[in-house]
Amino acid sequence: MTDGKLLVTILLCGLATWLLRVTPFVLVKAARLPKWLLSFLSFVPVAILAAIFAEELLVYHPGAWPTLNVENTLAALPAIVAAIISKSLLVTVVVGVAAMAAVRLLGWG
Amino acid sequence: MDSDLSAKAGLKDVMPTAFGYIGVGLAFAIVAHTSGIGPIMVLLMSLIVYAGSAQFVLTSMLLAASPVSAIVASVFLVNARMALMSMTVAPYLKKESLTQNILIGSLLTDETFALSMNKLNVTHRTLRPAWFHAANLGAYLIWAAATVAGDLVGSLIPDAKAFGLDFAVVAMFIGLLYLQMVTDRSRRFSRHLEVAGTVMLLMFVLMRFMPGNTAILVATVLGCLIGMALEHLRKEAPTHD
Repeated sequence: MTDGKLLVTILLCGLATWLLRVTPFVLVKAARLPKWLLSFLSFVPVAILAAIFAEELLVYHPGAWPTLNVENTLAALPAIVAAIISKSLLVTVVVGVAAMAAVRLLGWG
Repeated sequence: MDSDLSAKAGLKDVMPTAFGYIGVGLAFAIVAHTSGIGPIMVLLMSLIVYAGSAQFVLTSMLLAASPVSAIVASVFLVNARMALMSMTVAPYLKKESLTQNILIGSLLTDETFALSMNKLNVTHRTLRPAWFHAANLGAYLIWAAATVAGDLVGSLIPDAKAFGLDFAVVAMFIGLLYLQMVTDRSRRFSRHLEVAGTVMLLMFVLMRFMPGNTAILVATVLGCLIGMALEHLRKEAPTHD
């Protein structure tokens, strides 16, 4: 692919992403949100973060059941404990990275 | 995280995400590098598309010589969850000008979205543009720098995975999820746990039929609907609570 075509692809992907990011802000600014929608949205933070987390624990196989991502799951356990004990994002990240390095060093993945 | 909503606090709050970004940025850059995408194109991609998983999808589809229309459609689908996040944040910034809203929306990511949701819990449900711009810009610049640096040095460290850095972003989401569950006191912890557990179960079932990125969107919408239904049922029959 030429750099010109690549640039066009990047610009179109950027435009699509930007519209997804900005349109809701414009809509919400212009209209009053109904109560049911606000109630729905109040569940979004926990739901979306749990979904992102679950995706990292699973491996997708087209046409079959997903399997467990063993090394991510093993490294996630100390990270969860670190989050509960420290309630600090930084500590959780550092413990998680160290746990993953250990999992790979021990060849458990 | 405290109740300070200044620009300085925004920068301070976003710092832990730097580790995640550096880890993913490096991983992305290595993929881009091996796909023959140079540092300038990597920089443009990070500045214009600015979305971790979508950039992975974009790069792998480029490598597979997919048509531009298919690439744009995939990126749209992968990023569709951003509309949900924008919709969730927007009501808290309704009083700000349209320009402020558009600027904040333009740089909203999974990470700054989650940070803002955590922040709301300690600021009596208020957000300010100064805090948001600082957090967004911090994340934006770190991401751009991490991906370009990764593309430049990526070939020198073939085994970056050995250090576990690529897990930083997963650990960050674990921290953000747990903090959200304990600090959002509009619901009991057990209710949050119920929603999170339902969504994770849904993810497993959905990923039988669709790739993870699409499943994230569907599971989130279903999870929110189930959460609403459960809350509604409990209001109808409080004695069974």
